[in-house]
Amino acid sequence: MKSCVIVFPGSNCDRDVAIALEASSGAAPQMIWHGETEIPECDLIVLPGGFSYGDYLRSGAMAARAPIMRSVVAKANAGTPVLGLCNGFQILTEAGLLPGALMRNAGLKFICRDVYLKVENSGALFTRLYSHGQIVRIPISHHDGNYFTDAAALDRLESAGRVAFRYCAADGAVSAAANPNGSLNNIAGILNGAGNVLGMMPHPERLIAPELGGSDGRALFDALAEALQCA
Amino acid sequence: MKARIHITLKKGVLDPQGKAIANALSHLGFDGVEEVRQGKYIEIDLAGSDSTQARARVDAMCAQLLANTVIENYAVELDA
Repeated sequence: MKSCVIVFPGSNCDRDVAIALEASSGAAPQMIWHGETEIPECDLIVLPGGFSYGDYLRSGAMAARAPIMRSVVAKANAGTPVLGLCNGFQILTEAGLLPGALMRNAGLKFICRDVYLKVENSGALFTRLYSHGQIVRIPISHHDGNYFTDAAALDRLESAGRVAFRYCAADGAVSAAANPNGSLNNIAGILNGAGNVLGMMPHPERLIAPELGGSDGRALFDALAEALQCA
Repeated sequence: MKARIHITLKKGVLDPQGKAIANALSHLGFDGVEEVRQGKYIEIDLAGSDSTQARARVDAMCAQLLANTVIENYAVELDA
């Protein structure tokens, strides 16, 4: 699997995700600076977590207009898989590749802790090694993770099964108490209509081995490596 | 020419920062604060004196970068 990780000024999860990609696929990703204009031929593009441009204006707003993003949007629209984690999810919404917006957490606090997620769509390229309804433990680390979209767009997401992950309790209950940031319908991650773009606020790259405290994030990278190995 | 842009959250979009400000005001003893909505204010100095053209350019700036129209509205004032 040939993958590219886009690095913005202020990205800080780029190296973690590079390690996760290499652990699953055996191949180190190519790191691409935001000021480049062309992404080389690759099977997967990753927008990493962090605080690109210091979250100026809105989280992800400046990064979404960086020179490299024209190539990211073109490749996403042509079917290349694109994974946005945390700040990467914010960038994907700002770039118009995913609907909605990530707003300030309802409790106004930066939250950094493990949460439980329910896998709502296990048919996607990214989630196919999880089972439907599986509960996984993955950390979040964000100030602006409160997913919002208008009622019509929310209905389109829900009716098409495009919610990939939802915040839940340890027993799988999807409740207001298990919602860390006020996201509509406890949404933690969504897919685009074609299923080749996933944005999620949690950080699967931070839990890929028992030494790190858990390995529930590993299956996401294994799934990509398996599906894209011969691509 | 100067453009003054106010960016505000759309009606119905939760504004937890505005709520926290309203709470703080009431703790300070300011009664009668019914609602607070927080927004952004941006000033842009523009070359040229054609206000029709300036408005079109600032509109495009708002739509493409300054505001996120999923959650925000914007209003533009121009000073000659």
